[in-house]
Amino acid sequence: MNNLEYYKERFDRLKSAKTVDRFADIRQNAFNDFSKTGIPTSKNEEWKYTRIGNIFNKEYRSLIPDVVSAAAEEALSSVRLPGYEQANELVFVNGFFNQPLSTIRSSDLVILSLEEAAVADEYREFVKKNLGHSHHYLKDGINALNTAFMQGGLFIHVKKGYAVEHPVYIYNISDAGAGNIFCQPRSLMHVAENSQLQMAETYVTIGGSDSFTNQVMEVVIEKDAVVEYYKIQNDAANASLVSTTHFRQTGKSYIHTVTISLNGGIVRNNLNIIMESERSEAHLYGLYFHGGTSHIDNHTIVDNVKPNCFSNELYKGILNEDSTGVFNGKIYVRQDAQKTNAYQSNKNILLSDNASVNTKPQLEIFADDVKCSHGCTVGQLDEEAMFYLQSRGISESTARSLLVRAFAEDILEHIKLDPIHKYIEKLIVKRLKKGTT
Amino acid sequence: MLKIQNLHANVEGKQILKGINLEIKAGEVHAIMGPNGSGKSTLASVLAGRKEYEVTEGTVEFLGRDLLDLDPEERAGEGLFLAFQYPVEIPGLSTTNFIKTAVNEIRKYRGQESLDAVAFLKMMKEKMALMNIDQSLLSRPLNEGFSGGEKKRNEIFQMAMLQPKLAILDETDSGLDIDAIRIVANGVNKLHTKENAVLVVTHYQRLLDYIIPDFVHVLYNGRIVKSGTKELALELEEKGYDFIKNEIDVEEQV
Ligand SMILES: Nc1ncnc2c1ncn2[C@@H]1O[C@H](COP(=O)(O)OP(=O)(O)O)[C@@H](O)[C@H]1O
Ligand SMILES: [Mg+2]
Repeated sequence: MNNLEYYKERFDRLKSAKTVDRFADIRQNAFNDFSKTGIPTSKNEEWKYTRIGNIFNKEYRSLIPDVVSAAAEEALSSVRLPGYEQANELVFVNGFFNQPLSTIRSSDLVILSLEEAAVADEYREFVKKNLGHSHHYLKDGINALNTAFMQGGLFIHVKKGYAVEHPVYIYNISDAGAGNIFCQPRSLMHVAENSQLQMAETYVTIGGSDSFTNQVMEVVIEKDAVVEYYKIQNDAANASLVSTTHFRQTGKSYIHTVTISLNGGIVRNNLNIIMESERSEAHLYGLYFHGGTSHIDNHTIVDNVKPNCFSNELYKGILNEDSTGVFNGKIYVRQDAQKTNAYQSNKNILLSDNASVNTKPQLEIFADDVKCSHGCTVGQLDEEAMFYLQSRGISESTARSLLVRAFAEDILEHIKLDPIHKYIEKLIVKRLKKGTT
Repeated sequence: MLKIQNLHANVEGKQILKGINLEIKAGEVHAIMGPNGSGKSTLASVLAGRKEYEVTEGTVEFLGRDLLDLDPEERAGEGLFLAFQYPVEIPGLSTTNFIKTAVNEIRKYRGQESLDAVAFLKMMKEKMALMNIDQSLLSRPLNEGFSGGEKKRNEIFQMAMLQPKLAILDETDSGLDIDAIRIVANGVNKLHTKENAVLVVTHYQRLLDYIIPDFVHVLYNGRIVKSGTKELALELEEKGYDFIKNEIDVEEQV
């Protein structure tokens, strides 16, 4: 699956299958981009430490997989996030939004397929303007590939003035039961003025073959809106993922994100926050705790377009066994964006000699009156602290667990959605008990 | 209870302890005094089992066991406790959770059942009163942002919770004002019984006004160069460490 012919053939097939295609232009442009850039290799600076070539050397069942999967439907009951009884649940199966499996509890939410939204009077302009905006920041073939083959996408609209009482849970289920599967979920979200929303999203692969998910979600946040977003990754080692979440703050708004990554094959997160309105605020937290041979890459972009914005970013990593990590945090401060406050920090603990991490802050500042700081650390568990705990009778393994848990605390405390907070705590305790430290 | 014989120890290849001999019996209070850099904290760390310190010669017997053969947590399980000169700050770990883990790990080591929440809370309350320590301090992350006095009080509070047989207090008085010293000393005295022992390491004599030692030893240049009763502490206070130094340096030249 690594030659252009393969994709060309599929792309033509997709085009001819569609009598009407609302997305014909954007699709064609994306495919042209993909044809030019191809699958990113390590020669691409953005993909230097994350090699996805092998993912594309495999054969997949189809580039456009089956929409329906009985196994995935069955699996949903076992992969639900705690608190789901009170949540709006949006389910993707094999990259396609699945309406029957989804549950909408809030009348302040409008849920449509992307195609429906593209023709609806109220949303047509919005879709046209915002769908594919992430492309301006992610110029690689991976992002283009999703857009070129966009199918079964989801449109979410949070009505103006509503504080959505029920959180939105998004599940991405991939059925690798009948061979390797390649999924490309796509969604576009509109958080209208003065509304509030809490969101959690997770990824689950079922079946023993491999999955590769290439996801793009684009979110537009308007004036006085408040958004919390929790990304939870704890998939199996046979599940690889490129997950792009692209936020535009088009009005003065508040965004709070926590990205928790605990397992997977090759995992790459792109989190973009485009601060297009004065006095916007963004908080980006991340915790990755990996072992085995898994690879976790967090690429973030905070783009200060307008003045007086505040952003704070803290990512912490714990890498065990042969796992590898990457952190790349870009902060742009545009010429116009005076009085920007932007902070960034990445801290890592390596629990084994074979684990490694590449961390790189990247600040590009074109304004002169700004406050920016960044820093990164890579180290081991503190010997002094270990000895202190052990001198109190605490065994070495328990002491390590306590210190890892303590290290993670200032990320976990930012998970404000209570059932999700407890759930993550539990996952981490379980991981620590497994003796992976 | 504790028998140290001819103990030599290195850190980073440098010899710090050069033949320590010391015996402590149940019920006794010993004090080790000495100028800065003489090896007091090193001795305390070696006894507690810190890895950076390499024992090159000598033996230490604790309650009939070869102490040097045990891991730090096993030493704690056997009943050894070190109140640190510089307690470590651990952000993200609540003090209460830490103490609860310690209490139960030690109980496990001794083949006892874990304390349930009620029993643990009861014990906490009791010892908090003893140490004049506030609940709010204990729900904070371990030692993080604690004042010097709070850290030291927290050390003795842990000692109260863990009920060791031998407590080593390393400069527990340093940085404390006189009221805080009184509280700490009072706690130590209340915990002291005929069955346990205390080794007070201090630079100054003033703590010994409150914790009265049965024996005082002077550590200088990695060796115990003088031992006596509490009057020795007063003499040191009066004459300063120079008189010891001079005595020893002269002896060594001969
Ligand atoms: N971890 C260490 N690394 C290097 N030197 C050390 C270390 N710990 C102690 N020392 C040295 O050992 C000597 C004794 O130190 P210490 O035991 O702390 O003395 P005291 O507690 O009596 O003031 C000093 O010279 C000190 O610099
Ligand atoms: Mg000292």
